[in-house]
Amino acid sequence: MQTTRSDPAELETRDMLLNIGPAHPAMHGIIRVVAQLDGEQIEDADVEIGYLHRGFEKMSEVVDYNGVIPYTDRLNYVSPLINNMGYCMTVEKLLGISVPERCHYVRVILAEISRITDHLTCVGATAMELGAFTVFLYMIKAREYLWELVEKVTGARLTVTYCRVGGVKADLPDDFAEPCRKAFEETRKVLSEADGLLTRNRIFVDRMSGTGVISAEEAIGYGITGPFLRGSGADYDVRKDCPYAVYDRLPFDVPIGSRGDNMDRYLVRMEEMEQSMRIVEAALRDLPPGPVQVDPGTGRPIPAAEMVDLAKAGDIGAIAGGCAVVGPTLEGSGKARHASIAADEKRVFLPPKEDAYGNIEGLMQQFKLVMHGHGVRPPSGEVYFPVEGANGELGFYVVSDGAGRPYRVRVRPPCFAIMSALSRLLTGDSIADMTPTFGSVNMIGGELDR
Amino acid sequence: MNDASLIESVEARFPEAVSTAHRFRGDATLVLRRESLLDVARFLEQDPAFSMDLLVDITAVDYSAFGKGPARAFFRSSGVALGPAAQIPDEDPWPGPPDARRFAVVYHFYSMVHRHRLRLVVPVGEVEGATEEVDSLVELWPGANWLEREVWDMFGIRFRGHPDLRRILMYDGFEGHPLRKDYPVNKRQPLIGPVN
Repeated sequence: MQTTRSDPAELETRDMLLNIGPAHPAMHGIIRVVAQLDGEQIEDADVEIGYLHRGFEKMSEVVDYNGVIPYTDRLNYVSPLINNMGYCMTVEKLLGISVPERCHYVRVILAEISRITDHLTCVGATAMELGAFTVFLYMIKAREYLWELVEKVTGARLTVTYCRVGGVKADLPDDFAEPCRKAFEETRKVLSEADGLLTRNRIFVDRMSGTGVISAEEAIGYGITGPFLRGSGADYDVRKDCPYAVYDRLPFDVPIGSRGDNMDRYLVRMEEMEQSMRIVEAALRDLPPGPVQVDPGTGRPIPAAEMVDLAKAGDIGAIAGGCAVVGPTLEGSGKARHASIAADEKRVFLPPKEDAYGNIEGLMQQFKLVMHGHGVRPPSGEVYFPVEGANGELGFYVVSDGAGRPYRVRVRPPCFAIMSALSRLLTGDSIADMTPTFGSVNMIGGELDR
Repeated sequence: MNDASLIESVEARFPEAVSTAHRFRGDATLVLRRESLLDVARFLEQDPAFSMDLLVDITAVDYSAFGKGPARAFFRSSGVALGPAAQIPDEDPWPGPPDARRFAVVYHFYSMVHRHRLRLVVPVGEVEGATEEVDSLVELWPGANWLEREVWDMFGIRFRGHPDLRRILMYDGFEGHPLRKDYPVNKRQPLIGPVN
């Protein structure tokens, strides 16, 4: 049989529409990209989001101010402590209060640990999607060490709900610096291993450099912030440019890329992890001392349930000067530590359990905050407060009408802006470049779709 | 520029456009007339003294239920007097919702060069049941595209000149706009299957 070969220029070509996701592992399950392909090249891409929409903003309007905090855990669930911090600082700005210095430091330490876990997840997942499964396992191992730290402080690994409006749930454990040092030692080991496996790896470098390129001007036009923008060479970090908490006192550098491709963003993230560890180490060194330990002779431990019974029976003398033995979830929030973790504002923060059980002022304070119709009641107003999330500027915009519930809570999710540029980032690249580009976006469904 | 001079300069340049301004908690805020949004935004982006190159966020607020929260009847009927809401003194009080119109579209800008922030508020009303249109900022900031789609999706506010105003978080067959205050929080809608 004879075949006729015609000139390729005369062949009829047609663009092909290819659906990628939402049920595609590289799309992390919740993104659909309708790509228009010319051969392997992406001519145009329509990005569809919203598969994980839970109505965060609507739900925030029906709970009280502290009730929003568990929902913020579920925004960027890889670094929930930064979301907690951002939301609480916004409400504190609305209230016009500040937290004790030690509390600022505690928040910064945990936020930076969360940033490392976030970058580890992002880089690890990107590497895995490019075939480097070992790196992913190493990085998840390092993340495990850091989550153990988070667990030591907050009692939870993922949905931490650690910050409160006007403070944090509990103080750092006494010997926190030592496990922190050990975890960082392990993390640094993992980072240098991953660096050795990736940074000069021919396959990895070939797929990362020159793909997903965006210039700084264009990235700013799309509202992109965070490591993604810094990979393009723009020097914007909320921690440096609009310092909050105690970031202006802590030493750290902001790594900047130059080419704006996936490789630079990978390098920026790798360096940021090191800088975050530097921040935590400096913060632990500068951490204002906690309260003087209660003298064991005077702070007689009384089980909380017994304290409640004694208080009900009116036997105040028996519980005076005692310290409540509370469950492990409340460890570190006792009366001795209360002043260093909570703002001095009775209308905002719960009293320590010793006061709630032991005297009428504490009981009233507790009642006025937890009973229906009471609670944190900021003046009416609107505020916006940005923090540096792991993906970029994470801002909360809260409107209050003076009631016990927020009138409106808006979160400015950093990866929303990056995802809105995804179509632009993919266009012109080949279909295989979609994987590294999408990986470097660090799309987190929880905050993208809310 | 600091927040006070930011407000002053815009007011001096556009005396007709700015209806009110405030600096509650240090956030410079300008309430604009709807028609002049595009002019002011273009000026903010291009004027070297402002160079608001980063459009941080676009969102909206439905003020129709403002101050009409659920009555705390239980405590009133029990005879316990409700004190005023915890008012912490403030030199720069918030003047309240921008005006009597139902919605306000809220823009947050940041300048990478000068490191200042500015908030623009554009009140949007309803005329004969239809929501008024706001000018789209897509031609100035491509990032406005998705943000405006979200405001349309959640509040039903249309943007004039938007290239592709579709729903973004909700699906095509969804009825209503969930962040409006009259949309019940527990309302259910039928699941929509794939259309073949």
